[in-house]
Amino acid sequence: MRERLWIGAGLALFVILVTYPVWHALQAHSSTKGPNLVFPAREKECVAPTSFMKTSHMKLLVDWRESVVRNDRHTYVAFNGKTYDMSLTGTCLRCHDKRQFCDRCHTYAGIETPFCWDCHVDPSLAQRSVP
Amino acid sequence: MKITRKEFLRLAAAGWVVVSGRHLLALLDSPDKGSTAEGTAASPRKRWGMVIDTKKCRKDEGCTSCEEACDKAHNIPAFKNPAHEIEWIWREPFRKVFSADQTPYMEESLLDLPTLVLCNHCDNPPCVRVCPTGATWKREEDGVVMMDWHRCIGCRYCMAACPYGSRSFNWEDPRPAIRELNPGFPTRTKGVVEKCTFCTERLAKGQAPACVEACPEKSMTFGDLINPLSEVRQILGSRYVLRRKPELGTGPNVYYLI
Repeated sequence: MRERLWIGAGLALFVILVTYPVWHALQAHSSTKGPNLVFPAREKECVAPTSFMKTSHMKLLVDWRESVVRNDRHTYVAFNGKTYDMSLTGTCLRCHDKRQFCDRCHTYAGIETPFCWDCHVDPSLAQRSVP
Repeated sequence: MKITRKEFLRLAAAGWVVVSGRHLLALLDSPDKGSTAEGTAASPRKRWGMVIDTKKCRKDEGCTSCEEACDKAHNIPAFKNPAHEIEWIWREPFRKVFSADQTPYMEESLLDLPTLVLCNHCDNPPCVRVCPTGATWKREEDGVVMMDWHRCIGCRYCMAACPYGSRSFNWEDPRPAIRELNPGFPTRTKGVVEKCTFCTERLAKGQAPACVEACPEKSMTFGDLINPLSEVRQILGSRYVLRRKPELGTGPNVYYLI
C-alpha cells in the first residue's frame, strides 16, 4: 500500500513525458493544418493542373530552365492550349508572391529553401538599392 | 546437297563482288546528297557578330553608356576590390587590345586610347573546349558562346583558356554589390564565372544587345555575319577591319574599325 504513491507519481510522470509533444504543440499554437495559401485573383488556372504542380513543380521548373538556357526555346504551351513565357520571375512570380506562396509551403513541409533564389530575383526585393 | 571446296569459294567471291559493288554504287551516287545533308545539319542559320567603330566610340571621352546599360541589364556587381571586378564589356588601352598590330614609332597617345572590349564569341572558342561540365558552349544556330550558370562549378579553366580575358569570376557574393537589382535577369552566386552573352535574352525577343542600343554615337553595329545584306557585312565588305589576336585561330566575331 505504501508504494501506491510512488507508482501513481511514476505513472503521472510517464504520461506527462509521453504526451509532452502534444502540450508543447498546443502551447506553441501550431497545427498540422497546411498553410492557407492565397491564390492569385486575376488568374484562374496555373500553367499545369494544381495536382501536377503540387507534386511536380520542380520538374517543370527544371524543364523550363533546360529549354530556355540550353535550347533557346522560351514559349511553353500549357495543357489548356495557353502559351506562357518560361520564366520563374516573369511568369510564376507575376501571380505568386515568393514569401506568401513558395516559402510558406516549403517551411511547412520542412523543405530547405531551394537555391533558385540565390540567383533569381524576387521582384519584391528589387526595390531596394545599395548606396 | 554436297558442295565442293571450289564451288564454295566461287560462290563466296561472287557474293563479295555483288555486296561491294552495291556499296561502291551507293558511294558514287551519294556525294552531293551526303554533303547537303551534312551541310544543313552543320551550317548555322545565323552567326551573330559585331563591328565596333573605335573612332566614333572615342568621340565622347567620358562616356560609359554601354557599360552602364550592360551592368543594369545583367545585374553586374560593382565590387570595391578592383581585383574582384566583374566585366562583360569594358575598356582597355589600344596597346593591350591589339598587342600584335602595333607598328614602331606609333604615337604614344594613340597606344593609350581606351578601346572597347567584350567576349568575341569565337568560331573556335577555347573556353568551350576546356569546360569540364558543359556550362559554356557554342550555340550552333547563331554562334553565341553561351553560359549556363546552373552548371558552372567555378573551376576557372575557361578563364585560363580565354586569350582575351573576357571572363570574370565571382570571388564574393555579388548580390550586395549590385547597385540596382533588375528582377528580369538572374544574379550569379559566389564561385561562378560569367561573361558577355551577346544579350541572348534580348536576341530572343528580336532586340539588339543592350550596349549596342545604349551607345549614343551608334559606334557598335550588331548583325548576322552570314547574311551578305546585313549592316555588319556591308561594313566588313567596304572597310578595313581588325580582329583581336586572329593568329591564335579562335575566329573572333567582334571586328574593329580603327
